[in-house]
Amino acid sequence: MPGTIFHVSAVFLVLSAFLASAVEMVEALTIVLAAGIARGWRSSLAGLAAATFALAVIVAALGPALTVVPLKDLRLVVGGLLLAFGLQWLRKAILRSAGLKALHDEDALFAEELAAARGAEHVERAGLDWYGFTLAFKGVLLEGLEVAFIVLTFGSTQGSIPLAAAGAAGAVVLVAGIGIAVRAPLARVPENTMKFAVGVMLTTFGIFWSAEGAGAHWPGDDASLPGVLVFVILISAAYVALLRNRRLVTA
Amino acid sequence: MRKFGRFWWDFVVGDDWVGAAGVVVAIGATAVLVAAHVAAWWLLPLAVVLVLYVTLRRAAA
Repeated sequence: MPGTIFHVSAVFLVLSAFLASAVEMVEALTIVLAAGIARGWRSSLAGLAAATFALAVIVAALGPALTVVPLKDLRLVVGGLLLAFGLQWLRKAILRSAGLKALHDEDALFAEELAAARGAEHVERAGLDWYGFTLAFKGVLLEGLEVAFIVLTFGSTQGSIPLAAAGAAGAVVLVAGIGIAVRAPLARVPENTMKFAVGVMLTTFGIFWSAEGAGAHWPGDDASLPGVLVFVILISAAYVALLRNRRLVTA
Repeated sequence: MRKFGRFWWDFVVGDDWVGAAGVVVAIGATAVLVAAHVAAWWLLPLAVVLVLYVTLRRAAA
């Protein structure tokens, strides 16, 4: 059923881009809110707009360039990068779930950013509070670069950058909408669970594409993707259980 | 230039170089097996189990 397989891949693609984007945008929102409250909304929103523009330029410039790379080479390089990147996310998520790393706390981060922003010196450039502008710009750009990377790599390798971009854009609109409505850090978003899900997705696609890029053939081709996903979930759960029981800790 | 390099190092390699190094070795080994006409799809999932074991053990130590 090639149609069904395509739909499964497309769902994974949109879901992965949506989740990764949502997680990063929650973090970016915290920074923009802190900059806005402490340094004024004009500078903070100008930083947000400038970073969004820079990210759009990066995606628009690199997107078409990636589509001319042969698919096998692209899958090898992108798969390898995604796997290395995904293993970082998964490692942190497993350590957090096992209680060996502090959970991500948006309220604490917000308080920290707010205190730093309030204590910084006021320097005006181009009619903007420079600290507020650069804080929002750097926060959104750095968080957004990970999303741009995921959109470009997932999209190009799966043959649909617009689909991945749509997933990411959906998350941006949702997080920004909720952020405007509540005007507070989104501490109640299950961020740690979402980070775990993103780590699993990145690792799954990384395994799948880098093996294909290296010339291996999966039994059942794309239909094996859900199997790889289940495998990654199971080993992650097993490592969380082992770490909770301290069975992985060196004596 | 140094900051740029640092950014990419953090982006791809992160807190523990074992993950990135393991990925490179596993992909290379897969390519070698494929060149020797061996079905090698199983190698990367196995490598992920091993790499995670090593990097988590290092983090938990």
